[in-house]
Parts: sequence; C-alpha cells; structure tokens
Amino acid sequence: MTVSEAVSGKLPDAMPEPVLPDAGGHFGPYGGRFVPEALVAALDELDEAYRGARADPAFTAELDRQLSTYAGRPTPLTDATRLGAEAGGARILLKREDLAHTGSHKINNALGQALLAKRMGKPRVIAETGAGQHGVATATVCALLGLECTVYMGEEDTVRQSLNVARMQLLGAEVRPVSSGSKTLKDATNEAMRDWVTNVERTHYVIGSVVGPHPFPSMVRDFQRVIGVEARAQVLDLVGRLPDVVVACVGGGSNAIGIFHPFLDDAEVALLGCEAGGDGVETGHHAAPLTAGTPGVLHGARSYLMQDEDGQTLPTTSISAGLDYPGVGPEHAWLRDAERARYRGVTDAEAMAALRTLAQTEGILCAIESAHAVAGALDWVRSAAVPAEDLVVLVNVSGRGDKDAATAARWFGLGQT
Amino acid sequence: MTVATGSAIDRAFATARAEGRAALVGYLPAGFPSVPGAIDAVRAMVEAGVDVVEVGLPYSDPLMDGPQVQAAVESALAGGVRIADVFATVAAAAEAGAAALVMTYWNPVEAYGVDRFAAALAEAGGAGAITPDLIPDEAGPWLDATAAHGLDPVFLVAPSSTEARIASTVAVTRGFLYAASTMGVTGTRTAVDTVARQLVERVRPHTGLPVAVGLGISDGDQAAEVAAFADGVIVGSALVRCLLEAPDPRSGVAAVGRLAGELAEGVRRR
Ligand SMILES: Cc1ncc(COP(=O)(O)O)c(C=O)c1O
Repeated sequence: MTVSEAVSGKLPDAMPEPVLPDAGGHFGPYGGRFVPEALVAALDELDEAYRGARADPAFTAELDRQLSTYAGRPTPLTDATRLGAEAGGARILLKREDLAHTGSHKINNALGQALLAKRMGKPRVIAETGAGQHGVATATVCALLGLECTVYMGEEDTVRQSLNVARMQLLGAEVRPVSSGSKTLKDATNEAMRDWVTNVERTHYVIGSVVGPHPFPSMVRDFQRVIGVEARAQVLDLVGRLPDVVVACVGGGSNAIGIFHPFLDDAEVALLGCEAGGDGVETGHHAAPLTAGTPGVLHGARSYLMQDEDGQTLPTTSISAGLDYPGVGPEHAWLRDAERARYRGVTDAEAMAALRTLAQTEGILCAIESAHAVAGALDWVRSAAVPAEDLVVLVNVSGRGDKDAATAARWFGLGQT
Repeated sequence: MTVATGSAIDRAFATARAEGRAALVGYLPAGFPSVPGAIDAVRAMVEAGVDVVEVGLPYSDPLMDGPQVQAAVESALAGGVRIADVFATVAAAAEAGAAALVMTYWNPVEAYGVDRFAAALAEAGGAGAITPDLIPDEAGPWLDATAAHGLDPVFLVAPSSTEARIASTVAVTRGFLYAASTMGVTGTRTAVDTVARQLVERVRPHTGLPVAVGLGISDGDQAAEVAAFADGVIVGSALVRCLLEAPDPRSGVAAVGRLAGELAEGVRRR
C-alpha cells in the first residue's frame, strides 16, 4: 500500500473506516469542543476543508509525494537483535520515526496540516511546542511551502531544548517564549490559542498532537496513522505475523495513536502507552494523566487530565519536555476506558536507563520521549506470561536524541574531563 | 415602561432600559488582590454604578484572557483562592445590590460537580453564569442544572458566528447575550471595533434578549459609544488594571470606584 492510500483511508480488508469520533468529535464521553464561540467558525472551516482534502486525490497525492520524497517515508523497521538479547531473546522491532526528516514523527502531521493551510488560503501558521520537535517540523514545512511561522514555546523548554530553538530560527520561524503559568507546553498551548482566536482569519493553528477541539484529534490521528499502517505491513512482511504488543510513548498521544490505530481491530495485539512517570507516579510528580488523572476539560476537549479538586490544572514533572503535559488526547481516554489499550507511567530513571541501553546495543540514540516506550517494552517482556523468545514486540521510536544530548550527559555525569 | 419581574439580571437590564440607558456590567476576579480585597473592589464598583457584576473564577489556564486578567488570576491562585471564595464574592456583590454572575471556564464547574456548582451559586445569591469556553453544543448538563436552580446561563456570540449559530445560541441563553466585540482575548483597546455594532445589528432580529458588548472597553467615552447601540456595556480588564497598577490595595479600590463612576456616567450620556 502506498502512503496516500493509508492517508486517504483506503485500508486493507481487515481494517474498516474509523467509526470514532462522532460528528461532534466525541469519543464516547471524551473529545468535543470546549472553545470560545469565536473559534467555532474556524473549526468548522477546518473540518470542512479537511474532509474535502481527504477525499481529493490531488491532495492525498501531494501529501504522499511530500511524505516520500521530502520526509523520507516509509521509515524503516529495524530488527533490534542485540536489544532483544538483553530482553531474554524477544524479537524487538523498532519503527524508526527518528529517521524521518527533522528527526521525529511530528513531520507527518506538520506536512498534512501545512498543505491544508495552503488549501484554505491561510498565509500564516502558528504552533506550540514542548520538546521543540513539533516546532521544528512546523518551521520546516513552512519554509518548504512559503508560509509565515510563529512558534510558542515555554520559557523553561527554550532552555532545556535550546538546540531546537536555534533550528527553528534558522528555518525562518519566529520563536516566542511563554513566561506565564508553568512556562512549559501547557502554557505555550494557551498562548497559541490566544493568538489563534485573535488572528484566525489569516492564521492556521497547527496543533502538534491528538489534542484540542474537534477536528484536531481525529485529523492529527489520520495524518499520523501512516506510522501504524506502514509498521503493520512491515512486521507482517518480516515475521509473518502480527506483533504481540505495540508500545509507544504518550505525551499528547500522536505517535501512539498513529501506530496503535491500524491495530485496533487486531484483538490479539496488545497496545501499551507509556506516560511520563517523572519521579514515580506514586510521588505525584509526573505527567501521567491516563495513569493517575481524572476526566476533565483542558485545551478544548474532555479527556483525562491532572487537576486538583477545584479543577485547576496541576503542575507536571518529567525529564522529557515532549511528555511534560497534564492532558492527553481524547481517543486515548476512550481506549483506556474501553480497556483496548493499557497505559502506565515510566519514570525518568527507567527512561534514561533504556535510552542508554538502546544506544549501546543498537547504536540508536533516541529521544528521551521515545526512551519511555523502550523502557515500557523491556518491562512488558520481563513481566509477560510467555517466554521472551516467543514474543514479537513493536516499539515506536518516535524521535532521535540529538536535542537531548546535553540533558542525557548531565543525567549520566558524562562529558567531564 | 414597566420593570420586569424575572431574574435579578432581567430586572437590572429592565431598570436600565426604563431609565433610557445601557446597563453597566463590571468584571473582577475573586481573590485579587486578596479575597477581602476583591470583595471591597466589587462593593466599590457597585456603589459607583455597576448594575451587573461578573465575578471571575480564577483558573489555571485562562486561554480567553489577555495579560491583565492573566496576571490577576495567577496572583489570586498563588494566594490560594478557592471556589468557595468565589461564591462568597458573589454573595457580597448581590448584597451590595447588583445582579451577580460568575464568569468561569468550564473545567472548574465539572470538577466541582455541575449540579452542585449551580446549587451553590444560587444559594450564594448568584443570578447566573457566563461560561466563555462552553458552547451550547456541549452545554446539555449545564442547561439542566441552571434551569433546576433558577440561574441564567449566559452564552457568547462572536463576529465570526454564523446566523445559524446565533439562532441556536440565543435559543438557550437567559438574562442577556454576551457579544464579543472583537475577535480576540480580553484586554484593553484604544478603539472599539465597528464590528461590535454590526454584530449587535445581526443579533437583534434573532432575539428580544438584552445584548451586552464586551472585550476592550476601557473608559467613559468608549462606554458611551457602545451604550448608543447595545443594552449593556461590559468592562473587565480596565477595572482589573486599576487593581494591578495600584501602589496599595486601598488605592486600588478607590481607582476601581473612580473608573466605575466614569463608566456609569458614560452609559448615561445622551
Ligand atoms: C520525539 C517525540 N516523541 C513523542 C512526543 C510526544 O508527543 P506525542 O505524544 O503527541 O507523540 C514528542 C513531543 O514533543 C517528541 O518530540
């Protein structure tokens, strides 16, 4: 299957069209639109434009062309035999989104939405970013397509991901540090929403994950589904059967939903989402709303979130800027309640250990975000009822770790001579 | 003209209309600069002529608000303000003689419990609530709760609202309709957009509800300008700024009273 078939929804026989969300963007009780009235017209316009684009062969062909000739798709599936040996002989297969252009899965969505912005005739694009990967991907596609680009980034994140700030600026984007609230991704999102409601006529807001008001969660999912569609075919090709488990990290949840979604109807495939456990979920210092949060409304949709009894968003803790977010996409909330996917916290320490293990067994220096998935996968194998050598484990390596080299060096006390 | 019975909000707008003027609606968040400080400021603005008070419920993620309101609610939250303090401020506004509403983002209402929130607001003497990030499409449980407790649910229309959305919004709105005069967040502006007048004109054929205009009004002249075509003039950030810029709480309260007086004169200007 080609990428355009995947994106335009022409799916293999076993996979029907997604039935969720409903017309209002609801996944059961989750999702929807909790936004100022001033944004509704723009969301309706976007919804209509997206549905039109999805059905337009010229649009899907252009996206397909850009994904393959520019973004480097399909990304490879790597048979991680030395990592597998560390895990008792399990067959661990890595979906290499770190090898996509700009170094993460974020380019899949950024390309789709930027092409849509052009189609809608919006000359200006804004984005929020945590780790900076979504900001870099958005700045990149704006340069490619000749769009103005402004990226909001929490002040704290501009420090811990300073490499990505420079990348965005080199690509011609304006980076606006956000100093309100917790100075991280949540506040960057607030500021981007404020910009959007003020400048909505000529601006498209490229949300970076499967969060926000309808149609963002399902639209971003559709743009990221290509990960899972490719991976499913690649695994079948390589091992002749479906994996026992698919593992991904969950910040807002876009790389996870992208790889999970094509497996939803494969009941025998377990789905495991790894949230940021920070200092440990039991300490309260984490960013794991599906594991330890409650349902509520944040950034335009109902989902699980970290909040106190007055509904105030709680501060989050994670070594990973990309997972350091108190909310999560509504479809994950739905999958959690339906028990189709399982979610757990992975601590900073577990993630950093896995990052080093992957680096030293496979020569792959992954993003700290992705290291949460690697840690979750290794742990899943350890606690499986079946012998490790019988297991096939698919792990989404959502991004590469260049941006995290300084953080990792500090964590391990490296680089000091 | 007779003064309507009905809710405190209906009466406030009817009284203003009977006097041939627009109603003055003032917003201040609870808990800023302190819980008693905010109550003093609310009393001062009512004494100076504010007819309808919106008590803001401080929220961690005020994505409809500009820098002034953000700064005030961040400070209120840092000071430990709770939802109970919001209801106490509502009670003070009602006792001072104003029609009192809560202005709240939706999540705190859900967290408190939708029906429980409506019950507590009514118990405090509140007349209704404005919910800027709740659109009628998602408001089913809130409409039930406000109806059960005799509260007015106030919704917003924006310059970008279609005729169909204006119609469906006015169908569920009680008390008054909030017309957001500019596209954007709260904050003071030097000129009130002409889009405000056009929006009010578009809304009129759909409803007999009073229409109040907000977002960006900061002085008596702008209040007079808006009062010429709207039934209510909503002022928030400019009042908040009085408290933000004051050297001490007492002079902040005095500044709020002075600005409210100027605005009250504005809505009465012919
Ligand atoms: C490499 C990488 N993985 C994962 C994430 C988390 O986002 P999501 O959960 O939407 O995939 C980020 C976000 O910045 C990222 O950069």
